[in-house]
Amino acid sequence: MSGHTTYQPQSPVMKWLERRLPIAGLIHSSFVAYPTPRNLNYWWTFGAILSFMLASQIVTGVVLAMHYTAHVDHAFNSVEAIMRDVNYGWLLRYLHANGASMFFLAAYVHMFRGMYYGSYKEPREVLWILGVILLLLMIATGFMGYVLPWGQMSFWAATVITNLFSAIPGVGESIVTWLWGGYSVGNPTLQRFYSLHYLLPFVIAGVVVLHVWSLHVVGQNNPAGIEPKTEKDVVAFTPYATLKDAFFTVVFLALFAWFVFYLPNYLGHADNYIPANPSVTPAHIVPEWYYLPFYAILRAIPNKLLGVMALGASIVILAFLPWLDTSRVRSARYRPLYRQFFWIFFAVCIGLGWLGAKPAEGGYVIAARILTFYYFAHFLIVMPLLGWIEKPKPLPNSITDSVLKEGVPLGAPAPAPAVSKH
Amino acid sequence: MVRHTLALALAASLGFASTAAFAAGETPQPPQQNWTFSGPFGKFDRAQLQRGFKVYREVCQSCHGMTLLSFRNLAEPGGPEFSVAQARQIASEYKVQDGPNDQGEMFERDGRLADRFPAPYKNENEARSRYNAVPPDFSTIAKARTYERGFPWFVLDIFTQFQEQGVDYITALMLGYEEKPPQGVSIPQGLSYNKYFPGHAIAMPKPLEDGRVTYDDGAPQTLDQYSKDVSAFLMWVAEPHLEARKRLGMQVIIFLLVLAGLLYYTKKKVWKQVELRPEDLTPRPTGSAEYRKH
Repeated sequence: MSGHTTYQPQSPVMKWLERRLPIAGLIHSSFVAYPTPRNLNYWWTFGAILSFMLASQIVTGVVLAMHYTAHVDHAFNSVEAIMRDVNYGWLLRYLHANGASMFFLAAYVHMFRGMYYGSYKEPREVLWILGVILLLLMIATGFMGYVLPWGQMSFWAATVITNLFSAIPGVGESIVTWLWGGYSVGNPTLQRFYSLHYLLPFVIAGVVVLHVWSLHVVGQNNPAGIEPKTEKDVVAFTPYATLKDAFFTVVFLALFAWFVFYLPNYLGHADNYIPANPSVTPAHIVPEWYYLPFYAILRAIPNKLLGVMALGASIVILAFLPWLDTSRVRSARYRPLYRQFFWIFFAVCIGLGWLGAKPAEGGYVIAARILTFYYFAHFLIVMPLLGWIEKPKPLPNSITDSVLKEGVPLGAPAPAPAVSKH
Repeated sequence: MVRHTLALALAASLGFASTAAFAAGETPQPPQQNWTFSGPFGKFDRAQLQRGFKVYREVCQSCHGMTLLSFRNLAEPGGPEFSVAQARQIASEYKVQDGPNDQGEMFERDGRLADRFPAPYKNENEARSRYNAVPPDFSTIAKARTYERGFPWFVLDIFTQFQEQGVDYITALMLGYEEKPPQGVSIPQGLSYNKYFPGHAIAMPKPLEDGRVTYDDGAPQTLDQYSKDVSAFLMWVAEPHLEARKRLGMQVIIFLLVLAGLLYYTKKKVWKQVELRPEDLTPRPTGSAEYRKH
């Protein structure tokens, strides 16, 4: 997707096609000749892993849709029929359900990697914002997918989450009724969730195309956080990055398989094997693990409207990160203070996740409030201030140098930190 | 009513009220049993599943349905593996509603292999009038029950592949009945005290005791044995393809590890072509700005 292509069609057929639709050239320049920094580590393979997971979710989902019935009276049993009577239906369903978890796991690793190495910084702001949009779409898709089996947790999660919109002053109740298609979560709700759950993955795929396009315009960031300068700093995407991606995707698939085949219900909730019952409320209504940090933030705020706003803000604030971070240096490798704050932030996210699974009472609420405060403080206080306070370590002369010397410039004294602006 | 529970759920989930089962704290954790179907090579014990089915038929079945299970499942691989003739015989001992016939009437006939197990009650209202409660269906119950593992167990479970909370809980529930509730605990009229039941007041009277079911295979006819057998059976009912899943899992993981190894060494070899040497160091341009903001 970069400007020119070095692709030279060999066969007459490809020459004929290339003159009319240069698709082979596009693929060649995007995924073969595309120069990638040579120092990318395995944290950079999660883009490929995410692409694989999206494809896997769509393929398993399309087949599951052939057997699923979106009706309150039949949804639960149709899922059980998939588990029992469809050939390898249990495999498809466990792949899809655990695939959602693996998708989120990979997305979170991908995001933390971006935060650690400053991949959101100039000129990659749009790339990063597209990623935040992808996260929002994934959250919506995953939530609606969780409702489809129509178990107890499906039903009550749908009830609780759609009810959040009732916090909007004035029109809240009307919006909730509109979302439900009735006066409670019912058949119209299930059917529209099914429709949207089928639609949104293709929207995700579309935004992924934009994400990759943008990536191929600005080029990949890398662990050194400096731009490639010479041919020596880069390698061709194929075979170098492709093989590295392929290897680590397979390692990731082994983890995926571990859950699918041996712990298929570990990441789910037992209550979702009880058919939805509007007159019985589960003891604890808990979302899937990948929403827990946001759920903890929602519950930490003792006012419903403010809680909902905090929940939304906790995700939207990510989009502003390129401007909240005032440091001139991208990679945490050369940012001794930021590196520590990054890990504190990481621990806070894990802590919020843990608290999201706990009942909202006593010490848990206090802890959730402290961590929620820190979560926002990281973006609004720590990131802007660090750029001023921190003295970055000297950057390597080039990517090649950083590979050879792990960031210590050879011979020469450390260069002064950057100064100019174009 | 729906509105009310809805508001309640919302309140509970948002932390404005704690209607959650606060009794959970006093409920002991079910003891962990040894199951033949746990772990990566787990397989059901056929004889145990057949005994468990006998317990189900003679005791549980009068109140608890198993409506997602078909008679043919009893003869399928990975389950109790009755012979097809035995499964057909079992099916024929049940009455199944069919129809409408040529006169437009519904009628009852003997069960066939393709039929699902009939429900013990027509609807929840009938169940309530008969049993004073709605006995849950057993189709998925071994996966629908759990208890909180707590830290660090929930992390270790990923490595040990512990997935048997449900069956452990069911076994414990069978063994958890006590004639007299402990001091200070009052159980409402018509309910029973059970150590492991959340809240302790359970509508089901003690279902099993020693000698209740006659085993033909010489297994001990004890409450303990009955509880384990019926729990194992319910695990199979909830997860009829468990054995196939674990078997395929081993093949898939071995395949993936071999593939990963091959890819790793291929990658290593290919990357050798672009290995850097000290003379590749970039000459330092004098006075150049290394990095630009904006």
